[in-house]
Amino acid sequence: MDSLLAQVDGFMYPNEIELQWSVLIVLYPYITGLVAGAFILASLERVFNVEAVKPTYRLALLTALAFLLVAPLPLQLHLGHPERSFEMYLTPKTDSAMAMFGFVYLWYLMGVLVVEIWLDYRKDIVLKARSSTGPVRLFYRALALGSDDIGPRALEIDDRVGRFVTIVGIPSAFLLHGYVGFIFGSVKANPWWSTPLMPVVFLFSAIVSGIALVMLVYMTVSWLRGRTVDMTCLDTIARYLFYAFLIDFSLEVLDLIHRMYEADESFKSLDFMVKTRYATAGVLTLIGIFAMRWNVVIGGQLFSKSFLGYTVYKMGFATREGMLPAILLMILPFAILWLLIRVLPPWLGEGDRGVVETAEG
Amino acid sequence: MPQPLKDARHLVRMAGLFLVAGVGFLVLRSALIPAGFGELGHYRSGALDDNARVEPRFAGRGACAECHDLAPEELAGGAHAAIGCEACHGPLAGHAADPDTEVPPALDTRSLCATCHAAEPAKPGWFPQVVAAEHAGDDACDECHVPHQPGV
Amino acid sequence: MSVDRRELIRTGGKLLVLTTVAARAVEHVMAGTVDAIQRELEAEHWWAMAIDIDKCIGCGGCVRACKTENDVPLEPFYFRTWVERYRVPAVDEEHPHVDSPNGGYDGFPAASQADSEAKSFFVPKLCNHCAHSPCVQVCPVGATFESPDGVVLVDKTYCLGCRYCVQACPYGCRFIDPRTHTVDKCTLCYHRISRGLTTACCEVCPTGARALGDLKDPDDPIHEFLRTNMVHVLKPQMATGAKVYYADLDGSVR
Ligand code: HEC
Ligand code: HEC
Ligand code: HEC
Ligand code: HEC
Repeated sequence: MDSLLAQVDGFMYPNEIELQWSVLIVLYPYITGLVAGAFILASLERVFNVEAVKPTYRLALLTALAFLLVAPLPLQLHLGHPERSFEMYLTPKTDSAMAMFGFVYLWYLMGVLVVEIWLDYRKDIVLKARSSTGPVRLFYRALALGSDDIGPRALEIDDRVGRFVTIVGIPSAFLLHGYVGFIFGSVKANPWWSTPLMPVVFLFSAIVSGIALVMLVYMTVSWLRGRTVDMTCLDTIARYLFYAFLIDFSLEVLDLIHRMYEADESFKSLDFMVKTRYATAGVLTLIGIFAMRWNVVIGGQLFSKSFLGYTVYKMGFATREGMLPAILLMILPFAILWLLIRVLPPWLGEGDRGVVETAEG
Repeated sequence: MPQPLKDARHLVRMAGLFLVAGVGFLVLRSALIPAGFGELGHYRSGALDDNARVEPRFAGRGACAECHDLAPEELAGGAHAAIGCEACHGPLAGHAADPDTEVPPALDTRSLCATCHAAEPAKPGWFPQVVAAEHAGDDACDECHVPHQPGV
Repeated sequence: MSVDRRELIRTGGKLLVLTTVAARAVEHVMAGTVDAIQRELEAEHWWAMAIDIDKCIGCGGCVRACKTENDVPLEPFYFRTWVERYRVPAVDEEHPHVDSPNGGYDGFPAASQADSEAKSFFVPKLCNHCAHSPCVQVCPVGATFESPDGVVLVDKTYCLGCRYCVQACPYGCRFIDPRTHTVDKCTLCYHRISRGLTTACCEVCPTGARALGDLKDPDDPIHEFLRTNMVHVLKPQMATGAKVYYADLDGSVR
């Protein structure tokens, strides 16, 4: 406690000395961002018919699902009473930016991602069920909801509905992550957060990080399978990555210029923080986006709402909200992805079943 | 009679699953919402009682007069008249309820008087302040002042 | 193709039905919101606090009394009410020197000589019991709320401990109680005021620098206070409807 006090420079309201939102709350917008970005990449192929990115379509969907499953965990871990979190579904308060997260999350998970993946994989699931025996067969039959219908008509319907779901999914992905930005952007007490640009900035950095992630996953998976990487695909993805980054970067700079020019009361005392923001905004990597999230979530809490002082954040290691759980939470979605890829191999549709066996073996 | 859903049965099953889940949610929800929620606003009305139920530890100025009629009179004319007894004597709800078991602790005037009267530039100018060491040396304040009637 | 169109219309129809059902469900889920203004009009009391800066001597009695009365953790730095000492250099209103050692619990060490030129004063702080509380607004589950008589309270059996309200309070009045892992804040001594007592902090304030007031009671001295003083609330630009009124508050106070 004394050490916390020693970190304070200037004056902070006494209750502010303890930092409220830890590294886990940095992870949360970061992970939902990856989800939204990966999904938007997937929908490029589906809705906008960008054929070049087809090899990553299913991979992107599975990646999105894996990360979406993990997204609420850092929140849960952070809550004082995780066992009460279901109250968000019982008595959500309409005017709370956070209350709707549960619903937006469920909608996106069940209404969009699961349905889209299911529709897209249905044929493969049914084929798997037909070609396997015993419990494996049961499992895939259950996945297919007991249906065996993969006639051309059924598949066509699937495709149509799937397309519709994707079209609904794009605004949903925007909603999901723009919404996370709004959770921060609507805190008027905190000038570092409170800006209408926040959801937009979150959104575009989400797209950047999500696309970059899928690109990396694709390259790794190809390498693990001993396949050559489809260069046109990579080129196209990299191009979109660049566009998204340009927009994201411009938004961040716009926000910065706006703050510097307005130079209101909060800015004057906080200019030391703006400099760190500049430094981090320039880095084009997944790490860069993470740094941006860090800058928002942690940075936004380092100064006092009295604008008269600031503190530093010291992250624990093996504590409940420390570095170790954060690292584990970042590994977890990859483990889930690995599992998902085993159950629903993205390259089944390519027709070369032999590869599946080697990938699984 | 054509069967429009013939090739979409799996979709119907999926929709059915969602419907069951949705209805299940609504049923569970009505069962789990705590009693009194939403009666007065978006909260559990019982929380008002929870907050009101706490036992006070400060009895309040009125309470002391019931038994200590001398002290307030003593105070009445002096500069300390407007001060609540418990500002100096500490929380005494227990004493007021049962004076025999809980006796108020003795007070050390040197530290007590200084909490209010120690000189400090941020204090308003009208307030009487002293630097204890210069004003009283090592003496206790009540050697010259009567706490209830501090004027000399 | 024509079959497809029919199919589409059917799907559309089904969607329409589903949306209606969903709308009903949302209505059901969102039930129980009472109009705030209506509430104020009907209330029996409408609690507020008057603070006179020129009377505060920084004795810290209110801080100690509050911690005792409400069982606020003594350690480390949690306060439902605290006192700040401002020293404002005459030439630089924007950069006051502020301190609040242990919230003023042990009083204030005498200021150094260097600062004696500055204008200085004490500012007691507590929850402003805002009529449009940003903290109540952000609570996702309704675990913090404005009582019918205008006091912002916490339902400790319902709070998730998500800390969003702590972030949302512009005044730094909330903290997480390390024992219960739920949020804690000034209740305006709800247990006392509903028994007809004043708050613990007002009870022990030797100079009457702080006084509980009931805006609904026409005889309450707070009306006189509001009428005869130049009154200010903290951070009025936040439009929180703060109900802690300060007389003689300096512009440098945040
Ligand atoms: C129910 C009656 C009653 C009430 C109410 C009451 N007291 Fe007392 N108090 C007593 C009695 C009886 C004694 C004498 C105890 C003794 O001398 O053994 C006493 C003793 C004291 C003493 C200590 C006297 C000493 O010689 O040490 C103080 C100080 C005191 N009371 C303060 C207060 C204050 C302040 C209040 C109001 C919060 C209060 N009392 C309320 C009955 C009461
Ligand atoms: C400015 C501080 C102060 C205030 C206000 C105050 N007292 Fe005291 N009181 C003292 C001190 C100091 C003593 C001496 C006690 C000691 O030596 O332990 C004392 C002694 C007493 C005693 C012991 C008997 C006596 O008369 O010596 C009683 C009873 C008492 N006070 C009651 C009250 C009551 C009732 C009130 C409120 C009406 C009150 N006091 C307000 C400071 C205060
Ligand atoms: C809780 C705060 C507090 C404590 C403790 C306190 N006083 Fe006071 N004192 C006051 C206040 C308030 C005044 C009134 C100042 C005024 O209205 O001018 C005052 C006034 C005085 C005065 C000036 C009297 C006059 O007629 O001008 C003296 C002397 C004094 N106190 C002495 C003491 C002594 C001695 C003690 C310790 C027993 C003590 N005080 C404890 C708050 C306190
Ligand atoms: C040796 C006797 C003596 C002692 C001990 C003593 N005082 Fe005094 N005090 C006086 C006298 C005499 C006055 C009135 C004359 C004056 O203003 O200096 C006075 C005045 C005061 C005043 C009013 C000052 C003003 O500006 O009006 C305060 C406050 C005060 N004393 C507080 C204390 C405190 C606190 C203590 C304990 C640390 C204390 N006194 C101890 C004798 C004493």
